Amino acid sequence: MKKPILLRTIFADNLVVVIFLVITAAAVPVSGLPLLSIAQEIVTRIGRNAFLVFSLILPIMAGMGINFGMVLGAMAGQIGLIFAVDWNIVGVPGLIFASMIGVPIAALLGWMAGEVLNRARGREMVTGFILAFLMDGVYQFVVLYLMGFIIPLHSITIKLSRGYGVRNTLNLDAVRQTLDRLIPLKIGGLTFPIANYLVMAVLCIFIVWFRKTKLGQDMRAVGQNQVVSHAAGIPVERTRILAIVISTIFACIGQIIFLQNMGNMATYNAHKQTGFFAAAAILVGGASIAKATIPNVFVGVVLLHLMYIVVPRAGTNLFGSAMIGEFFRDAFSYGVIALALVLHAWRKRANADSARSGLRGGAAGNRTEPPATIAAADAGAGK
Amino acid sequence: MTDAGIKGRLVSAVRDFGWPRVIIFIFVVLLFLAAPFVGVSVSASLSDVLNRFGQNAVMVLALVPMMQAGAGLNFGLPVGIIAGLLGATLAVQFGLTGWVGFLAAIVLCLPFAIGFGWLYGRLLNKVKGEEMTIAMYVGFAGVTFMSIMWIILPYTSPNMVWGYAGTGLRTTITLDGYWTRILNDFLAVRIGQFFIFPTGVLLFFGLAALGMRLFMRSRTGTAITAVGSNPDFARAGGVSADRMRTISVVVSTVYGAIGILVYQQSFGFIQLYNAPLYMAMPAVAAILLGGASVNKASLVNVMVGTFLFQSILTMTPSVINSILQTDMSEVIRILVSNGMIIYALTRKSKVTK
Repeated sequence: MKKPILLRTIFADNLVVVIFLVITAAAVPVSGLPLLSIAQEIVTRIGRNAFLVFSLILPIMAGMGINFGMVLGAMAGQIGLIFAVDWNIVGVPGLIFASMIGVPIAALLGWMAGEVLNRARGREMVTGFILAFLMDGVYQFVVLYLMGFIIPLHSITIKLSRGYGVRNTLNLDAVRQTLDRLIPLKIGGLTFPIANYLVMAVLCIFIVWFRKTKLGQDMRAVGQNQVVSHAAGIPVERTRILAIVISTIFACIGQIIFLQNMGNMATYNAHKQTGFFAAAAILVGGASIAKATIPNVFVGVVLLHLMYIVVPRAGTNLFGSAMIGEFFRDAFSYGVIALALVLHAWRKRANADSARSGLRGGAAGNRTEPPATIAAADAGAGK
Repeated sequence: MTDAGIKGRLVSAVRDFGWPRVIIFIFVVLLFLAAPFVGVSVSASLSDVLNRFGQNAVMVLALVPMMQAGAGLNFGLPVGIIAGLLGATLAVQFGLTGWVGFLAAIVLCLPFAIGFGWLYGRLLNKVKGEEMTIAMYVGFAGVTFMSIMWIILPYTSPNMVWGYAGTGLRTTITLDGYWTRILNDFLAVRIGQFFIFPTGVLLFFGLAALGMRLFMRSRTGTAITAVGSNPDFARAGGVSADRMRTISVVVSTVYGAIGILVYQQSFGFIQLYNAPLYMAMPAVAAILLGGASVNKASLVNVMVGTFLFQSILTMTPSVINSILQTDMSEVIRILVSNGMIIYALTRKSKVTK
């Protein structure tokens, strides 16, 4: 159980975080941005994005990897917001109304996604990714063709001029930053969106509590080993579906919080990058696709957004081209996701190899020469 | 199958083929049948479909070796596409036009494709079981990384770089004056008023398919299939699974690179920067539509799938829009292509397990 704390082990376990930290730290001075404005941006963005990232924790716990299908929840949240704007319900009640519309839809979509993912065991992530694409088509169909045609819309301002379908950009004036400004707090030039943080605190408490419940324990057991869990009488399929349902509901609320801060919504594009940002954030925060904690979320959101703030400016200053910086941050975020996935898959294999050679008495294990250091380091950390 | 009536056999055939494919197949037939009634010329559409078939089929072909090797759907096809883009831009940079240019582009992209494919294959060997997700993100990372390169690399051809800055490649580069439609127009036969048979591009696809068939039937190809069907068995037979998988990835990447060159000459433009990001999706959807499962694909799957998929892409905008008076083709395309991929990923195939 206890392993000696080696600098090298810590480094290998957090390779992704370390790489990210080094590059971002180098880019901060180059960008020339004042520290106070960077800090303000970070404070705002934690309030805006962290909730979405939290939605990834439970599926990871249930052993389903990163739930790229969370985008479904984001779509549900957007549908909720469309109705809130259409009915012109302003302020925080508008947000609550949007959630009341969005959450049932998200639950339904999440249940469906869970069913689909149960049929695609072992490749949940890629299936979730494509499922998000597929449901994007359904979303477009509903919002662009059915709304105002079968589903009644009252407000003319959000309708396309042809009489049905929602406009490409939705003005969220009615609910813009109402949650952010609900409880204003200024400390030394920084404005804190306290209400957002309170909502998030409630969510964190929920997650901590949830882990201790029967269902939470079941989820962890299923994440460890489905066969053993099944033998122990845990309804494996149902548990996995519930993990996805809860995740999708969180994503729905998260997207509502995200969009109220942004103040307007690209009706047909706002959800497309949600999964990518959330996945990048949680992986940058040091989570793997088998283990994620609350600190991972906060560290990840801070680091990822720090990079998103400073790197384009640094690129402009270094190369005289903002485009290079923007491509760099995209390439880097994609690369980080790929790297985190590769490292995890690689360790899993190394563990399996060493376990197998252990079964053979160790002597026969020299055929594939498993990378011994990592395998040994992770024998304790993996479980 | 005791009551081997025609009905029973039909039902089992449909079940083997998969009902989504049957529905889509019927949908395509209906599109062609409905076309004349809404004033869409069937012969012009068919000609269009054949052109687009040739344009896309080589990229679909590229998926076969990896699926056979058990490495799954190659969502990392953009890796090969990048190699193709390098070949094309280099050929333009050297001022090569016509057939020389096109062939030079193929020759120039090969070293990149083999190199990238080898590295990419080595990576995928380390992550067995998670290939598809990782392939996707490796592709994304590669495309965005190359976006930086397109700005930085010292290209100078005035036809490719931004006019005012003099450096950095444009987002789209026209191939007019280089090799636009060089395959499509080669030996093209005009039959009737609207129907043009694109002999050249279909011939090229035939060559590529023949090459793939010979490869898959060769010693190496058989070993690749063996590794995909049963890795333990293959190992017992003295086949190195990792080596075979790497070879399959290299072949897939090379075909991806050539595939994008064929695509470009038909399309008339080289598309750089974020354009290749999602280019693997239509290819994957096409081969699955043709009856392939995640770990099993044949040349018939490629041809049937590409034809059906391109038929949908060609016919829905014209026919459906004429019927419904609204542009639903985008939604239909998204639903069909991604629905097909989901269907294949969730289907329990006998080979997988």
